[in-house]
Amino acid sequence: MTEASITVEVVYRGIFQKTLAQRICRAIVLAARKRGHTGTAFARYGDSPERNGVPAKQFAVVAVNDIELEASMAKYEPAVVDVSIAVDDTLVKGVESWAWYGRQPIWKPVRKDGFLLVTSEKTPDEVLSQTDTAERPFSLVVVPGAASFAGLWVFKDDHTDYRVLGALAKVAPDWVRLDDVKALIKEQTKDEAAVQSAQYGYDGTRIRPVKPGEGTSGHEKLQFDKPGWTTMRPGIVVDARKPGERNPFYKKYSARTLRPVVNFDTCIKCTMCWLDCPDECFEVTPEGHYEVVYEACIGCGICAQVCPVKDCIVMVDELKFDDNTNKWDLWKKDRASYNQWFEKMSGVPADPKAVARASTAATNASPAANPTTSAGGDD
Amino acid sequence: MAVAVKSVETSDVETEQLATGCEAIAEAIRLADVDVMAAYPIRPYDGVMQAAAKLIANGKMDVEYIVADGEHSQFEIVKHACAVGSRVFVGSSGVGWFYAFEAIAVTAGLRLPVVAICGNRALDDPGAFGTEHNDSLAVRDLGWLLPWAETAQEALDLALMAWRVGEDKRVSLPVAIGLDGAFLTHSQQIVKIPTQAAVDKFLPPFDLGDRLLHPDNPITIAPQVDQDWLMEIRMQNDQAMRKAEGVIREAHADFKKLFGRGGESPFLDEYMTDDAEFVFFGQGTLALPMKVAIRRLRKEGHKVGLVRLKWFRPFATEEIVRSLSRFKAIGVIDRDYSFGSPHYGGVLYNEVRSALYSQPKRPVVVGFIAGLGGREIEQPMAQEIFEKTKAAASGDLKAGDTCHWIGVRS
Repeated sequence: MTEASITVEVVYRGIFQKTLAQRICRAIVLAARKRGHTGTAFARYGDSPERNGVPAKQFAVVAVNDIELEASMAKYEPAVVDVSIAVDDTLVKGVESWAWYGRQPIWKPVRKDGFLLVTSEKTPDEVLSQTDTAERPFSLVVVPGAASFAGLWVFKDDHTDYRVLGALAKVAPDWVRLDDVKALIKEQTKDEAAVQSAQYGYDGTRIRPVKPGEGTSGHEKLQFDKPGWTTMRPGIVVDARKPGERNPFYKKYSARTLRPVVNFDTCIKCTMCWLDCPDECFEVTPEGHYEVVYEACIGCGICAQVCPVKDCIVMVDELKFDDNTNKWDLWKKDRASYNQWFEKMSGVPADPKAVARASTAATNASPAANPTTSAGGDD
Repeated sequence: MAVAVKSVETSDVETEQLATGCEAIAEAIRLADVDVMAAYPIRPYDGVMQAAAKLIANGKMDVEYIVADGEHSQFEIVKHACAVGSRVFVGSSGVGWFYAFEAIAVTAGLRLPVVAICGNRALDDPGAFGTEHNDSLAVRDLGWLLPWAETAQEALDLALMAWRVGEDKRVSLPVAIGLDGAFLTHSQQIVKIPTQAAVDKFLPPFDLGDRLLHPDNPITIAPQVDQDWLMEIRMQNDQAMRKAEGVIREAHADFKKLFGRGGESPFLDEYMTDDAEFVFFGQGTLALPMKVAIRRLRKEGHKVGLVRLKWFRPFATEEIVRSLSRFKAIGVIDRDYSFGSPHYGGVLYNEVRSALYSQPKRPVVVGFIAGLGGREIEQPMAQEIFEKTKAAASGDLKAGDTCHWIGVRS
């Protein structure tokens, strides 16, 4: 954010949020236009064609005039942004399209004293606890609301874009004024509720200054050097894996919003998850169970859908997890601890039969008590 | 499909055959012990298909012979076969060659040493099956090595050179031999067929090394690279192309030693140039009518000669410049044309002018467009080419700024 221009990026989940990101970036330019600024909105070319859930980026650059706009557009993909908007809070665990060059902290392109806007139902501290350790000061701005997911051709009009624009007006009022945002939304929607959502985004946003050193150092460091023409193998050849090996360079977990957790005690070893997983994430354990390799899992949820046993595979908010370690070892070593962990994460009982028995007993004793409800979180 | 052959007949003495350019290529396929060839008919390339099929049917050759459903598949088949370590052969002509263009482009990008012939043919429509070099030349910027043969013997020899040079690890690039349709592909000439033993000495077995696609050597070929890798890949291919010139010289020296053919230089074939003031410059079979013209002109006292280019890619710039700088004037004869190009010239004409640009002593370069679509270059046309070249050298004709169409009706 110089005197002359502002660069904003929107980090989003490929396909599911493409239209959302596009709407936000276009509205930024159009709102700024209302006060005489000029601007451009564009998508990162390398993200196309997008894949489901894979982190992708779109940008809006606003400037006071065409000369300044060109100056800030000299590099097509901005290396430094004033504001980064993550429209799904699980993106704070780190992003990079296609995992080509590893995992980057979400704040990587955010300039010193810039802003990281995150749409989340969590508190700023909860979001920060999953954000990589800050290297320079910035402000974490939490815009209230859950991640809004739709499809490539379908837009879920849940006002996420209006709330984000309202929040942006709060942190960058010199460029995007709340009044301009509201006027634009009014013009576009003729809907007072939409206008109010912008006001809600403005009012309900929580800003938390982040000092260098705050955040988590727990995420995997995953950075690769790009080869030069003298160091790369000829013929566009890269190492592949032997059967059974997994590629240590190609990890897909940054695409994940939810992750599957498995109840090994209720698993009937039917092979369905292993067969249907499109990313071949499941490894067969010596006992014939199927454990998830979390580095390879994109969180598509197909395993949970095809699993014939209720609550055997449960999809859980990715932000609850600190790492990608496989959990079967824990189950093998200490079932009680594993089941405790499973219940804590999934919110469903690890031993449904025991729950059912207890439930029957409790119902007999007192009709008011309902242990399934108290376990909570079951969808 | 390949016919199971227990043992193929080999000859331990050099023999002679009356063979077309296509049949000579088929003999080269046999001698090189090609593993896989993919075929799809189009004139004039299909002469090779027929000749190779005959060799297989007669039990003289054992090769996996795959008839594709079109040129695109045809070139993809050999590209993949090459990646798993097969020595391969493929070919096409004119618009068929263009139909395979996507596969042709990526074969060079992947550094897979596919050996092809392009039976040069006009790009129809309008339907014309005669020779014109624009089909081969369309791939000139893609990383293919492009030699041109004048005779059936040279076709065979260049094919053996092609596998040797293309498969050399320093190069590892595909090679497309230009064979003029009809004049070379379908004309029978006396061809010396070398012995298998000599060819084996010249041509080592194909070895892709650690780039071999095989379950024991797990690799991924051609992942998506985006803008982050592409310039480095192009640079690698450029370095390979630069090395090709030296590798061709090495192979040529060995070839001469083993077979006693190939002339002084692998790149240029000079005819009566020692005392020449003017030379004609071109490639392929147009050398023949020009040589006949030169002999006639010499009798009349004109110091005229011919420089025939044998490899268009790599363009042996230094040697070409050294050779051509000796003369007063060069008449470049293009059996191709580049619409809208500098001075509305042929491809070769502009390449030659570009190569000579930095020379302190530049000869006059005159461009001629002749023999398109297989039209014969007859002696009166050769005479016209000579007269215009001579006039340009003496300043009577403004050289360089225009190319002259020869033998075109008004």
